[in-house]
Amino acid sequence: MYFESFAEFVAMGKHGAYVWSAYGITLAVLALNVVLPILARRRYLKDEARRLRREEVK
Amino acid sequence: MNWTWFHKWGSPKWFYEMSGRWLPWLGVAAILLLAVGLAWGLAFAPPEKYQLDSYRIIYIHVPAAFLAQSCYLLMAIAGVVSLVWKMKLADVALQQAAPIGAWLCFVSLVSGAIWGKPTWGTYWIWDARLTSMLILLFLYFGVIALGNAISNRDSAAKACAVLALVGAVNIPIIKYSVEFWNTLHQPATFTVTGKASMSADMWLPLLISVLGFYCFFATVLLMRMRLEVLRRESRASWVKAEVARLSGGNR
Repeated sequence: MYFESFAEFVAMGKHGAYVWSAYGITLAVLALNVVLPILARRRYLKDEARRLRREEVK
Repeated sequence: MNWTWFHKWGSPKWFYEMSGRWLPWLGVAAILLLAVGLAWGLAFAPPEKYQLDSYRIIYIHVPAAFLAQSCYLLMAIAGVVSLVWKMKLADVALQQAAPIGAWLCFVSLVSGAIWGKPTWGTYWIWDARLTSMLILLFLYFGVIALGNAISNRDSAAKACAVLALVGAVNIPIIKYSVEFWNTLHQPATFTVTGKASMSADMWLPLLISVLGFYCFFATVLLMRMRLEVLRRESRASWVKAEVARLSGGNR
């Protein structure tokens, strides 16, 4: 560990606001890129299963 | 030469089965590499001599910029395959890669702007590297918009492939922009030949982070492509069976 304390790690010299905002935005975007396809897949499977059931009844 | 490996990619079913096997490994690799690379870069790498701790943004900025460009190159290659061999999977890859590339391009621009403030004293400057990256973002928007605007799938595939190919001209411009023009942006940290311009305890976490971003990109691309393959092949019996299996099999 390069930093001596957790407070120093958070402060990042005087650049804490820059470093943490850049990392925060990046991780949020990465998470969004994983979550959106998962939700889309779930929605698709639900709709498609319903459609197939309806077709079967006919 | 044996071309069966190439023909296999023409089968959506084969792709769906193979990618299902690769996906967990890629996902685990992405999480591990990103966790190690970013934690190492944030907490364990030494500070830079002049920029001190603000340089730690490099561990997300450079990988995101790498991926934004690699993704566009991938789309251009997929465009060639889609135009020449009319391979549908190549079009699926092209269309599904575009939003991920746009997001990564956005990340590299935003992280670069945030890094620019303490380092250069400004968030933005109309410099060659920054401007060409902004053009890359607009090219991504162009491909996405074109794909959505054309309802005929074959026409959309053709138009997007052509745009991906023509736009690829921007990639060497981005790469050499720091050499051709006077810019604030620093030259490349990594070169294939020659020594890295930083010490090993700084570039090693960067390399791990770059690999992590590549695995992340591959994971998300496969997730998106698999869903799109199910959508496009929804009439095939194997897709119906797969949908029934995944939605609980309550039929």
